[in-house]
Amino acid sequence: MTTQMLTYIVVGLSFALYIGIAIWSRAGTTKEFYVAGGDVHPIANGMATAADWMSAASFISMAGILAFSGYDGSVYLMGWTGGYVLLALLLAPYLRKFGQFTVPDFIGERYYSKSARIVAVICLIFISFTYVAGQMRGVGVVFSRFLEVEITTGVLIGMAVVFFYAVMGGMKGITYTQVAQFCVLIFAYMVPAIFISIMVTGNPVPQLGLGSEVLDGSGLTVLEKLDKVLVDFGFNPYTQSNKSTIDVFAITMALMVGTAGLPHVIVRFFTVPKVSDARKSAGYALLFIALLYTTAPAVGAFARLNFIDTVHNTNYSEAPQWVKTWEGIGLIAWLDKNGDGKIQYAAGKPFDGAPVFNQQRGEHGEMLVSNSATDNNNEVYVDRDIMVLANPEIANLPPWVIALVAAGGLAAALSTAAGLLLVVSTSISHDLLKKTFKPTISEKQELLYARIAAAAAVGLAGYMGINPPGFVAEVVAFAFGLAASSLFPAIFLGIFVRNMNREGAIAGMLSGLIFTFSYIAYFKLVNPAANTAENWWLGISPEGIGTIGMLVNFAVAFAVARSFALPPQHVQALVDDIRIPAGAGVSQQH
Amino acid sequence: MTDENSAVVAADGGNKPSGNDNSGQHLLSQGEASGYWRENILLLIKLLVVWFIVSFGFGILLVEQLNQYSLLGMQLGFWFAQQGSIYVFIVLIFTYVVRIKKIEQRYGVDDSAELSSADEHQEKSL
Repeated sequence: MTTQMLTYIVVGLSFALYIGIAIWSRAGTTKEFYVAGGDVHPIANGMATAADWMSAASFISMAGILAFSGYDGSVYLMGWTGGYVLLALLLAPYLRKFGQFTVPDFIGERYYSKSARIVAVICLIFISFTYVAGQMRGVGVVFSRFLEVEITTGVLIGMAVVFFYAVMGGMKGITYTQVAQFCVLIFAYMVPAIFISIMVTGNPVPQLGLGSEVLDGSGLTVLEKLDKVLVDFGFNPYTQSNKSTIDVFAITMALMVGTAGLPHVIVRFFTVPKVSDARKSAGYALLFIALLYTTAPAVGAFARLNFIDTVHNTNYSEAPQWVKTWEGIGLIAWLDKNGDGKIQYAAGKPFDGAPVFNQQRGEHGEMLVSNSATDNNNEVYVDRDIMVLANPEIANLPPWVIALVAAGGLAAALSTAAGLLLVVSTSISHDLLKKTFKPTISEKQELLYARIAAAAAVGLAGYMGINPPGFVAEVVAFAFGLAASSLFPAIFLGIFVRNMNREGAIAGMLSGLIFTFSYIAYFKLVNPAANTAENWWLGISPEGIGTIGMLVNFAVAFAVARSFALPPQHVQALVDDIRIPAGAGVSQQH
Repeated sequence: MTDENSAVVAADGGNKPSGNDNSGQHLLSQGEASGYWRENILLLIKLLVVWFIVSFGFGILLVEQLNQYSLLGMQLGFWFAQQGSIYVFIVLIFTYVVRIKKIEQRYGVDDSAELSSADEHQEKSL
């Protein structure tokens, strides 16, 4: 059986499973649609949170980022896991005790203000859409590479599946599909990682393989060999930083705080029965996430070594098939600068920008590019996103592993997309319609609006996947920066500072938001040419500026709050109530 | 409708403040409640200090110094940045789960008596 046939079967089976679960877990009430009825077991919710959280970026891109940035990639590892400590300790239990449906619900009621609710809804929609466009794109890439269909067709199939379980099942459908998707994606990630770890070091545990000796008789460990090889090629050592310490610090902090403030993650903790379950559930979620996140550095390091071994000084005509397949979809390119027919790898970009193929073949059969060459010795362009997807081929693993990786990538992208689309549709039907503009609608009507909003959000996300706005990759920094500078401080103050009033909170949210948005927009959209370390304020990149935005938010909130009245009595009572764990299981009667 | 009105309606209709008839397990005096809260905050500060030290301390600020040592074949600072901090994070969350439960029980505010509907489901399916 061909690899492609196998891939169709594995992906098809996984989709059938998701749809089966969706039919089994239809939502009948708004409570089921918004928070899965509030009775999800903490371990199941931990798995669902892990799948919700681990997106196409975690599954497909992260090991590639680590492979090509070494130590600097640590900001993602620490940032995207450390946020769960903040979530479990500072937010999740209290929000669960509060016991409503959405993040804007909390902000709107804690700050007794419709304006605060609407500011929160705007942040939420902006954050979620930036994020979801990337997921749909991931679906398209996996389809086009492994099933050889057009990216458009791939996105449409993905949309149909998400539509089916998100619109029908709401949070309930999404929760149980995410549990299944977690199992698929973690299996698909671990199997090739274990195979490759055994091949490279003989150690079946990738986390330990990273420090084991390479089986090439050199007596060097994986990291020692990488450091040595990369220095020979003119790179900095793998284990050392290329960024300033302050920037690494700021990016890590922004990612941690941003993670804790992401609405699609927070709402997952509204689905468990009790406050203590919310804490446990965050612990399980991090445990499940850590399986992948501690494996990724090993996968990245092995991939970089394998890539250099296979590609460098190889005749193009004898290069393995995967080089040519990925070249075919524009993610690898080779420019024979010295005309020797061999692929040479070195530090630096081989040519300016992404490859533009001129539809002609060179004398060795390579696809020619019309980009102008740079004057270094590097001849290879490689998109770091291919590392995880190409790994089974680079390591010559059997076809069923390749099929599994395709299904895993799709599971990661679909589960995250569904979670994001749900918070968007919920905030529209619940926060904007029911709680703000049309308070008289019945529960049935609200549920209908929620389904319509989910359907519209799926449509819009699909459109953005097929016609990606050119700036998508550039603005992912927005999602974390804005969550860190707007939502996280507002929720944190709402729980831990009883006297914080609506004037302080709104002023804080808006100033954090505007500061962070302007800084990122200036360097990413208005004047991208100036986006270099010399021009950054305090040497902090747009990716890390959310940390400063958060501090601005806190400072403004405290300064403004002093000039206005304390929150009304019932709000202070609400704060006292959410600080006491007992009673969440019974207080949520609607 | 003004902001205040909507908030009052929503707070009355949605969230039941403590002391309501159906959440009466924690009839705490103000003093006991603030005692619980103070212990909780102290515990949070301890755990967050560890959180900061393993990630920002060992993984970022002190990474060069720690890289002179090695653990399991990896430079120690690099190991903390790419693996060690994550393991500590998991331990921190479960430590909080256990320690806060004890504090809650001491003040009589824990929620373990509440039979969750998830448990009911389990019992049915078993």
